[in-house]
Amino acid sequence: MATESRRSRPERGRGAARSRSESRSAAESYFAHHRKVASDSARRLLRTPVASLMTWLVMGVALALPVGLLLLLGSLQGVSAGWESSARLTAYLEDGLSLAQAEQLQLEVGSRGDVDDVELIGREQALAEFRDSSGLSDALDYLDTNPLPHTLLVTPPESDRTAAGVERLAAELKALAGVAQVQVDLGWLQRLNGMTELLARGVWVLAMLLGAAVVLVIGNTIRLAIENRRDEILVAKLVGGTDAFVRRPFLYTGVWFGLGGGLVAWVLLQLSLWWLSGPIERLAGLYRSNFELTGLSFEGALGLLLVAMVLGWLGAWVAVKRHLDAIEPGMPSGAG
Amino acid sequence: MIEFQQVSKRYDSDHTALKQVNFHLSRGELAFLTGHSGAGKSTLLKLIMLMERPSAGQVVVGGQVLNTLPRRQVPYIRRHIGVVFQNHQLLFDRTVFDNVAMPLEVMGVPAGDIGRRVRAALDKVGLLNKERMNPMQLSGGEQQRVGIARAVVNKPPLLLADEPTGNLDPELSADIMHLFEQFSQVGVTVLIASHDIALIDAMGRRTLTLEQGRLVASGATMESADGH
Repeated sequence: MATESRRSRPERGRGAARSRSESRSAAESYFAHHRKVASDSARRLLRTPVASLMTWLVMGVALALPVGLLLLLGSLQGVSAGWESSARLTAYLEDGLSLAQAEQLQLEVGSRGDVDDVELIGREQALAEFRDSSGLSDALDYLDTNPLPHTLLVTPPESDRTAAGVERLAAELKALAGVAQVQVDLGWLQRLNGMTELLARGVWVLAMLLGAAVVLVIGNTIRLAIENRRDEILVAKLVGGTDAFVRRPFLYTGVWFGLGGGLVAWVLLQLSLWWLSGPIERLAGLYRSNFELTGLSFEGALGLLLVAMVLGWLGAWVAVKRHLDAIEPGMPSGAG
Repeated sequence: MIEFQQVSKRYDSDHTALKQVNFHLSRGELAFLTGHSGAGKSTLLKLIMLMERPSAGQVVVGGQVLNTLPRRQVPYIRRHIGVVFQNHQLLFDRTVFDNVAMPLEVMGVPAGDIGRRVRAALDKVGLLNKERMNPMQLSGGEQQRVGIARAVVNKPPLLLADEPTGNLDPELSADIMHLFEQFSQVGVTVLIASHDIALIDAMGRRTLTLEQGRLVASGATMESADGH
């Protein structure tokens, strides 16, 4: 028997050529076996379509939720990044300044090295814009004088668009004669950044919890599959099936559950994006924002499927480790 | 092929299933293992199949000492032992062909070879025309023959049978025994656990008798063992 077992291992074959061809055919039959097990376990899932669909849906929902939130988060971060790079300072000039003095000041500021561009919005122009956009035109008619000052919109060069650089520029502008007030609207941007960061952490925590839930759901489903195929497992172990051989169909089943769940998640995401895109566009339009909820890229979708398959495999592995190794053949018949 | 040296097996509850059992089976030998229920027949077979490990003594199968064999090596030993069960342990969710093919699939035999070898095994037990049927559609005797085909399909040097004729009428039992004789003639060592005394007497082969865990008779036909 010892010689028999040696002979069955190709690397110990007698001739090198023979050993090579043996190991090639061994590899071929190994891959053929993998293909067979993979298609067998897929067919088993399709044979109970309702039960499989339930598992896929559970997985799909659990995966779509964090991925959808991550997409939303990515879009939000894109928006705030866009705003940050277009950071501008608003310098309100003193009330008494004439338009000519304001233009003089515009030239002065524009010649500075740390200023890229200066736009002057005269008080009349400002009032007209305010009238158009605010919808308060009737109320404005009651005012005797124009309450708005001339305004300079100062854009720093890209290299200076950091919080420190912008603040330094603001202080220097404020020191200029004729400038009443300088407003840097970075505070709310920082708050938004802080919130998205917190949200990002929250989403990752949620993603991890839901990932663990997926692993447990698949683990439980595989446990039932193991119970259903107990006889087969016993016979396979009796005729010399290795642990790897016995585990393989269940690991493939887990991977297929994962693939199906990933596909369901992708479909759910696309559907919700499609459903939300109209209202989001309108809302973004109202805020004059270029906000856009971007969907999954091709690589993203592929990544989602891959992660789902890995989670399915992991769930199957947990179940297999816990339950399969415990099934050991005894001799159940009548011999005392 | 099989050698038991002072083998004892105790279960937790102080129940000793086997006590200092010694015997030796040669290549191509056919022997019966008999005794009352609870005498230790199952335990003895389990020790050979590595379903249990001995508490004391050595079990040697095919020159390999099984006592210290690591767990992950167990499947490779089992591939050299064909087993026939009283309740045949067939799977009813697949055809006769697929049942018989299992030991070959486990070993990673290429698909083409599987077909050829499964049909050879089914031909041997006279069921070649039933390969596409479900085992459920077969009679008890036919089911047992499928079990035998599965046990011998990978040409193991050792064949164990646990009450293989337990549920069969005498005529079918004789058929099955004849099959076992044929295997032993081509060099397979066959050990059959049975308490069908009439059948054992009719065969006139070496008989190992267990009584309360002790081997009280290991057969008079030792010359057949020495002959090999």
